[in-house]
Amino acid sequence: MNPVPSNYYDFFGLEHKLDLDLPDLEKRFYALSRQYHPDRYTLKSREEQQYALDATAILNDAYRTLRDPLARAEYLLKENGFDIGEQGSKNVPTELLEEVFELNMALEELRGGDESARPALEEARKKFVAMRDQIDSDLQARFAEYDRTRDRDVLADIRGMLNRRRYVRNLVNEVEKELAGAAA
Amino acid sequence: MTPIQIDFGKPERVVGIDLGTTNSLVAYLDSAQHPVVIPGEDGDKLVPSVVTLTKKGDIVVGNKARAALIDEPDRTVYSIKRLMGRGVGDVQDELKLFPFRIAEGSESVIRILLGERTFTPPEISAFILRQLKKNAEAFLGEPVTKAVITVPAYFNDAQRQATKDAGRIAGLEVLRLVNEPTAAALAYGLDKRREGIVAVYDLGGGTFDISILKLHEGIFEVLATNGDTHLGGDDIDNRLIHIALEDVRTEWGKDISHYGDAVQALRRAVIEAKERLSFVPSTKIEFGYKGKRYQREITRELFEKLIADIVDRTLGPCRNCIKDADVTVEQIDEVVLVGGSTRIPMVRNAVETLFRAKPHTDLNPDEVVALGAAVQAGILSGTVENQLLLDVTPLSLGIETMGGVVSKLIHRNSTIPASATETFTTAVDGQRNVLIHVLQGERELAKDNRSLARFDLKDIDPLPAGMARIEVRFLIDANGILNVTARDARTGKEQSVEIKPSYGLTDEQVEAMISESIDRAEEDFRARQVAEARVEADRILAAVDKAKQNDAYLDLTDQERSEITRALNELLVVYHADDHLLIRAKIEQLNNATMKLAENMINTAVSSALKGTKI
Repeated sequence: MNPVPSNYYDFFGLEHKLDLDLPDLEKRFYALSRQYHPDRYTLKSREEQQYALDATAILNDAYRTLRDPLARAEYLLKENGFDIGEQGSKNVPTELLEEVFELNMALEELRGGDESARPALEEARKKFVAMRDQIDSDLQARFAEYDRTRDRDVLADIRGMLNRRRYVRNLVNEVEKELAGAAA
Repeated sequence: MTPIQIDFGKPERVVGIDLGTTNSLVAYLDSAQHPVVIPGEDGDKLVPSVVTLTKKGDIVVGNKARAALIDEPDRTVYSIKRLMGRGVGDVQDELKLFPFRIAEGSESVIRILLGERTFTPPEISAFILRQLKKNAEAFLGEPVTKAVITVPAYFNDAQRQATKDAGRIAGLEVLRLVNEPTAAALAYGLDKRREGIVAVYDLGGGTFDISILKLHEGIFEVLATNGDTHLGGDDIDNRLIHIALEDVRTEWGKDISHYGDAVQALRRAVIEAKERLSFVPSTKIEFGYKGKRYQREITRELFEKLIADIVDRTLGPCRNCIKDADVTVEQIDEVVLVGGSTRIPMVRNAVETLFRAKPHTDLNPDEVVALGAAVQAGILSGTVENQLLLDVTPLSLGIETMGGVVSKLIHRNSTIPASATETFTTAVDGQRNVLIHVLQGERELAKDNRSLARFDLKDIDPLPAGMARIEVRFLIDANGILNVTARDARTGKEQSVEIKPSYGLTDEQVEAMISESIDRAEEDFRARQVAEARVEADRILAAVDKAKQNDAYLDLTDQERSEITRALNELLVVYHADDHLLIRAKIEQLNNATMKLAENMINTAVSSALKGTKI
């Protein structure tokens, strides 16, 4: 019963990269699950059962993190000493200031029962979704760049992009909630 | 055949149990690794989840108890699963529809009145489990102490814990709680295609679950699950009962809704009509009470109108589940139907329309969960090697933070075991305790979620405010049950945690119930031995009575006759004592005293037989 690596990448036997091959990750996950899952240890000693439980909990947490590009990037940033907090995503990115202002106006109007704000909100939703998709594809490019160069400046950029993405995601969620709520 | 077979290489038997709202079943893997449902004493594979306390004080479970629903409604309980792991506060709706008699003082744990005694839901479930254990032992001819028990996928922590407690009280080591739809997928997946995405739609007596799984080379990975733990066939029955009660009120000019026996008889009648309506377009609800008869025609069309919203309520969770699984309807290769309520054509049509696929029904929807539980039992005992279940937690887990807001630690549909670690500190100088309120659910505010427990971090080293660092690890195990451990991050020492469950039994209460049930098991065992000794006494007493009419009796000496009389009287004296050893000793004595008589009788029989034969 060797202690399992607590580092997610190490557990999966992977290089610490941002761009991962998902089918390969899944294959490794299934193989490791067969090895460590508590179902395989039910009739073993209490210590072995605990070992399997702890190892599988880390395995599952690791898989959940690594298969999601954003969670994976945050994990790698943290590993490299970057501070990841929700705070960064609460400040409005300067380039979005004007649009967020307009959006909030439209949201207020719809909440106040003014249905004429709906088309503007639909429009805003489309715009923010497109923005989110754009950030995603930009991120993908930066992931590959980091994996190639291992440049800390790239990681710093990625952190900024993640904050912006989180901010945009929250906007999309809010608009969608408001649109669905008003329709109901 | 040798009388005793000892095979130390054989892995210990683990059975699979479906502890259902309406019926319960036990299954095992036969030597060919095929799951088989074990029939009860009456030959029935389904054991109705009904428990009755007879006037003599015996607990009766199953079909016999079902009969008592009508004769002894005050001493009988059904659908107890609806109350598992719940508090009185959140079952008020159920109490309007179900004849549960709640005892006084049921704050954190509900207590049900059966006659003059009270039982908690886990204890009542334990009676059902004990019956299944007995059935399995009689069938397999060996003790059964380990089991896999299924639960609705959407069961929360308290409901799961209550189920596990029931197993312990029944004398079963519960090796695993398995989600019902996952178990069903396992039963289906065994000989079927090994790849693809499968949806399991499980509408049982009292609960609804939907799970979406990915099958790959023997791995059953649950992608998402959703459901409603208070939606099922019971709700359909209640609709029909309601209509019939209204009819009776008008026709007979009498409200019979408060007569337990009448309502139970009516319930039986509407269930039968409901079941017939799955096969015929129209049927009659027929019911009699105290010489009066009630009858009404019900068409499938009307029936479908009555239950449309119930069927509809299952579709929302299905859509959410598809979304959470991150798949499209087109990607779902198969749909499996589980639970008796999926026999209703309207349910089948709704599923077919939503998933755009013809649902699978080749396995009996009543048995498929138990069969899957047996397969999982085989996985755990190592006899099934290639299969592995990867299940998820149905509800998010979080802690209450400032302002009553929930901070989520483990999100719903996370593969279990899953864990999260949080560091806590103190707010004032020298603070010794920190209280953590843990909740389950998807809502933003603590008050809208299900309170699981309060964890009290105790004996924290007194330090200035904010200096303490207590690392708390929340771990959801493979049963979907939360475990909490804490350590002082500065010293690395384990930090003591006191758990105060919001609903359900404390560990001490369960222990007390287990020892009580062991006492009762001994009591039961002794009672059986006494009963068996009496049966034997009856037999010899009858035989001696008959022998006294025989000529051979007269051939005995006076002393021989008086010895028989003495032994006979002594047996009669101890007959009603609760001591099987004493009864057996006196049987033995009578046996010895009548030895000569028996010999004489055989001789007489032979000689009279000879006399009657003409040579």
